[in-house]
Amino acid sequence: MKMKTVKALVLSGYGINCEEETAAAWKLAGAEPEIVHVNSLLAGHTSLHNFDVLTFPGGFSFGDDLGSGKVLAHLFKHRKTVQGTTLLAETETFLKNKKLVIGICNGFQVLMQTGLLPGTKRGTLTFNQSGKFEDRWVRLTVSETSKTPFLAGIRTLDLPVRHGEGRIVLEDTNHWNQVLENGQAALFYSDAQKTPTTTYPENPNGSPFGCAALASECGHIFGLMPHPEAALTLWNHPEWSTKMRTNSNTPHHGDGLKIFQNAVEYIQANKEPQK
Amino acid sequence: MKTSAFRILRIYANPERDDRLGKSLTNPQRGQVQTARIFTIAADIDPKKIEAFAQEVICDPLLHKTFVLKNEIPNENTSPYGLKDACENPCENPCENPCENAHQNCNPSKFSQCVVVSRLPGVTDDEGMSAQRILQDMFPETKSNTQIVFSQDVYWFENTLNDTVLHKVFEEELGNPLIQHCESSNSIFSLKYVPQVEIKTNASVEIVNLNKPVDELMALSKNNTWALDEAEMIAIRNYFQNSQTQTFRREHGMPEMPTDCEMEVLAQTWSEHCKHKEFAANISFKNIATGETKEIQSLFKTYIQKPALAIRDNLEKNGANWIVKLFSDNAGCVKIDDNNLFVWKVETHNSPSALDPYGGALTGIVGVNRDPMGTGVGGAKLLFNTNVLCFGHPNYNGTLHAGQIHPKRILKGVCKGIEDGGNKSGIPTINGSVVFDDKFRGKPLVFCGTAGILPTTIAGKKGWEKPIVPGDLIFSAGGRVGRDGIHGATFSSVELSEQAPRSAVQIGSPFTQKLVSDFLQEATRQGLVTCSTDMGAGGLSSSIGELATICNGAKVDLSNVVLKYSGLKPWEIFISESQERMTLVVPPQHKQALQDLAKFYDVEVAHVGEFNANGTLEIRYGAEAVAILDLHFLHEGTPQKNLQAEWNPPQADSFTIPNNTNWNEIGLRLMARPNIASKETIIRQYDHEVKGRTIVKPLMGMRGEAPQDAGVMRFGFDSWTGVAVSNGICPRYAEKDAYASSAGAFDEAVRQIISVGGKLPCPSDKTNRFWSANDNFCVPDSVYHPTENPDGKQKLGNLVMMCEALRDVSLAYGIPMTSGKDSMKNDFRAGGEKISIPPTILYSVTAKIDDVRNVVTSNFKAANDSIYLVGETHDEMACSELAQLMGISGGTIPQVRTDIALATYKKMMMAHETRTLESSHDLSDGGLFVALAECCMGGNMGATVNVDTTKIPWHVALFSESHSRFIVSVSSKNKSAFENIMGTTAQYLGTVTLSNELTIGSQLHSQSQWQAQPQSRAMSHSQTQQMHRETWKIGDIEKSWRTALWN
Repeated sequence: MKMKTVKALVLSGYGINCEEETAAAWKLAGAEPEIVHVNSLLAGHTSLHNFDVLTFPGGFSFGDDLGSGKVLAHLFKHRKTVQGTTLLAETETFLKNKKLVIGICNGFQVLMQTGLLPGTKRGTLTFNQSGKFEDRWVRLTVSETSKTPFLAGIRTLDLPVRHGEGRIVLEDTNHWNQVLENGQAALFYSDAQKTPTTTYPENPNGSPFGCAALASECGHIFGLMPHPEAALTLWNHPEWSTKMRTNSNTPHHGDGLKIFQNAVEYIQANKEPQK
Repeated sequence: MKTSAFRILRIYANPERDDRLGKSLTNPQRGQVQTARIFTIAADIDPKKIEAFAQEVICDPLLHKTFVLKNEIPNENTSPYGLKDACENPCENPCENPCENAHQNCNPSKFSQCVVVSRLPGVTDDEGMSAQRILQDMFPETKSNTQIVFSQDVYWFENTLNDTVLHKVFEEELGNPLIQHCESSNSIFSLKYVPQVEIKTNASVEIVNLNKPVDELMALSKNNTWALDEAEMIAIRNYFQNSQTQTFRREHGMPEMPTDCEMEVLAQTWSEHCKHKEFAANISFKNIATGETKEIQSLFKTYIQKPALAIRDNLEKNGANWIVKLFSDNAGCVKIDDNNLFVWKVETHNSPSALDPYGGALTGIVGVNRDPMGTGVGGAKLLFNTNVLCFGHPNYNGTLHAGQIHPKRILKGVCKGIEDGGNKSGIPTINGSVVFDDKFRGKPLVFCGTAGILPTTIAGKKGWEKPIVPGDLIFSAGGRVGRDGIHGATFSSVELSEQAPRSAVQIGSPFTQKLVSDFLQEATRQGLVTCSTDMGAGGLSSSIGELATICNGAKVDLSNVVLKYSGLKPWEIFISESQERMTLVVPPQHKQALQDLAKFYDVEVAHVGEFNANGTLEIRYGAEAVAILDLHFLHEGTPQKNLQAEWNPPQADSFTIPNNTNWNEIGLRLMARPNIASKETIIRQYDHEVKGRTIVKPLMGMRGEAPQDAGVMRFGFDSWTGVAVSNGICPRYAEKDAYASSAGAFDEAVRQIISVGGKLPCPSDKTNRFWSANDNFCVPDSVYHPTENPDGKQKLGNLVMMCEALRDVSLAYGIPMTSGKDSMKNDFRAGGEKISIPPTILYSVTAKIDDVRNVVTSNFKAANDSIYLVGETHDEMACSELAQLMGISGGTIPQVRTDIALATYKKMMMAHETRTLESSHDLSDGGLFVALAECCMGGNMGATVNVDTTKIPWHVALFSESHSRFIVSVSSKNKSAFENIMGTTAQYLGTVTLSNELTIGSQLHSQSQWQAQPQSRAMSHSQTQQMHRETWKIGDIEKSWRTALWN
């Protein structure tokens, strides 16, 4: 049987800057990535619907002015495409076809600002408790109630965070309880004992409950602050040299790759057979 | 006529949770501090639309509350006006009782005072511009060619502070009066300031009369910040008085005497910054000790270019052709493989960083980014950034003169600028260092480097070349032009004082530049641009002036340049250093396609002129002739300088350690020295792994406990080939021995690369194993003047010796400089004091790594691994970290023995080749002790070692900073292979342990491996030998190392 080709759209332009490694991630995971400028979608040069997964990569879209992800989200919500619709409306149609959307770091911030995440109620991402941007590696654990295909079969991950605005704010405690219970709060910053933590620096931004990522209720939209695309190989890990010495059989792929592989597998399993 | 203005006030809905800045500013004197933001919109718009804009764009309902206020801006800023008077219907949406509500919410009763910080007119305000972009998107009728939306910061203070205190808070923590305006009031409603640009000048061209005596000419030069000296002013006067020039000018309808624009163009082009006149000068050099004299025709040609060319010739003779472009473009080019070139450039941005640390460093980074971007055809993909910073001590508590900023503030501002410059551009900052010395308190040094990858072939043409033919169009692309940065090139060529020009300070916009960078990559790929160059110092004047030499002529119409605001004089437009701009050379047939592509990428481009072969640089403003200068005179007319230099070789004197020194305590205090202590808080601010290709980060380990030597990055995802990058800098040694300081800095950079696994250049190698180094000289004023600079000859002598060291080490190792820069006037003068930096040279070295997976990190890996010291230790204690900690003068500065170093490096290369190394760390500040401590901390392990004190004393063995040395660890299975390779070059010290303790003992060898010690000293030493054994807890070492130097 012919393997179904998974086509991944990697958004670029206006200060997005992780498009190359994100495309590399999709390629390594077995998908066919294409880096597409926002204006190509607006101008109708490329259609979102030719793809199976939409990626909002990391970066500083519009310099993060007015709040991270805010301006790009506004563009998605309000700028008219040549077809007279909006990119947000197109994305909603795209999602109806059981396709996937992932936002990483700034991409997560965009998803929150568009309202695609966390879903019915509002959520936002704001400045780290520390008040500063930081690049550091974190240990993450996956929620037992997580339903998103992106995290299927994953228990723990080591990934880098690189952000100044990664603290999740939701409307109220009820909303938090809801996302914690239904597994939308999918990923947690954790300590050495793999327990979710709110303590700095294991939790780099002070996000409540140690929450590092949110998924939509059905799990098809996934946004996370850490960068899986910067952990594709063992050699990205800050302890790669020690790991190799300690265990010469240490796998050569990085923890981040699995997230992309999961998406590819999910799409291959669910995609209509190609005609 | 009055214009309406709206102010959108955005406050935190939950300041307790979200106002981090306010919290950090809170202290007992001020009481509680709360922050907010204002967006001022200077336009007549339906208030309902402003409400909609505030809700949709400015406010995040989970974080903020916004209030829309309306007021009138009178034409004259003299009459008092403010929001209070006009606040008829301020409201929070949705609001029940607007006015009262707003007043209460806007000015919470507990706050007695507010301060509003705005940018001065014309200073880059990305946030305001982004808001304006969306406003125009939502309501097209608000479209304006100038800035109408401004962001401003609000600070409320609980306690009433007097004006002096407030001003101090503003100057020291909230802003910088050079670029910002501060307004204090007891209510947010009495805010007055709107940072709109209003220029009321006559935009015409003026004539400069040069028919004047020399002293008046010099006054002209000084008053206009031209930085032209007497000989230069006379040369210019002679040019304009020449009858040929006069005939030529009459024919072209130009006045006899130069226009203001012509003088400015000459001043920019001839500035030290652009022309490197001192590096091109004739120097009479005298060695005071020997009486020997010599004449040096250009330091650059003699010591930098000549060795690089010799290295290239030698490589090419043997068939190694990886050196592609040296010194002749914005950055050096070497070959990675048949398809790609590696482009590398490091620059300084010292003067701007002294005035506004944030803006100076930010423009330093985004500025040096444009060098690789504008090399050859242009459009290189940027790979990584580096930064090396020199500051005064962060806790300096001496006098600060007017115009002098405290070192800690400079540090914080500079680091923030580098953070925004790199992070927002998506370029990882993978290597750097921070050097502290109070001699940098007058003027900090900010070295910024950027590497890029340029395709060897772009649209069928050679990627590294700049072909221009007459008829090609000149386009400018990117940011708009304002008054910012005027006289940057000339101002950086004079010493800094409190009278420094404000216009030289500017804030960059990494976002704008990211758009330009994305656009340029595509434009070059499509072949729409035949070549490009950056606009840096001197702006259009320098970039077009330089490109014009390729086809021998250019004509520019300044009326086509896109401006930020009106009212600029033609010469201001031409020399403005407004950021984020590139000059593009476009064949006429691609004009439309280029403009379409620019529109797609949202980049403004303007067709500003054409190249020709007329031999002139001709500038017009519409119909008005502004300048016409002979290109040959412009570029070759600078009179050569004649300078004098003297060198007094350093005298060796004794270095005595007090008896009963507590070595344990000394060790811990050494770890906390600013130059040695962890720079984690700075490093983590920089994104060092965006692009996902960084293999060796500045700090390894989950906790950042393992500081590394060179940074390593792979080029792409399709292969494991990569590059190592390192920086060497030793200003501490320079005043005592400038030659040794320069040689040592070069060696430091090289050995860091050897440490991770780099291989020295080899003429018989056919795999393009490139090395590409950049030199950056930063020296105090080195031109002798009997009263102003009486020790100028010695200072120039230091510079000559630094250059000689560059040549010697470069030739010995076969490593060429491919580009570089010099900054010659690093003095600060105020309050009767002149603060000069020590003569400083930074070597920024890159080398190809065949397979990045095989590099070796610095930290110990496993217990029972054997630890070796590789290289020779000499009694070279002068100006060491130990000497400075203990306040001991005397001793010898570490010397580089290139023959011994080469032999050591070749053995290290063999050890890497045979994969016998588990870890490798180079020795530098703090010597063996600090390196061992770092290897232990990094591995979360301990070590038990003995050092050989047969011929050198204990303190020398532990703390000498002799060059060309490494600490390596080797597993038991590789021990004999390693020892066979090394022979006597490696000395066995002991083993890695799980004990979490570092134990160092002294040991006497009957047959010492050490041969290079002076016999007499060894004799006298061994007779008074005292045995040592010290144990440090790794936890204590790490605690000292992590001492916060600033917070």
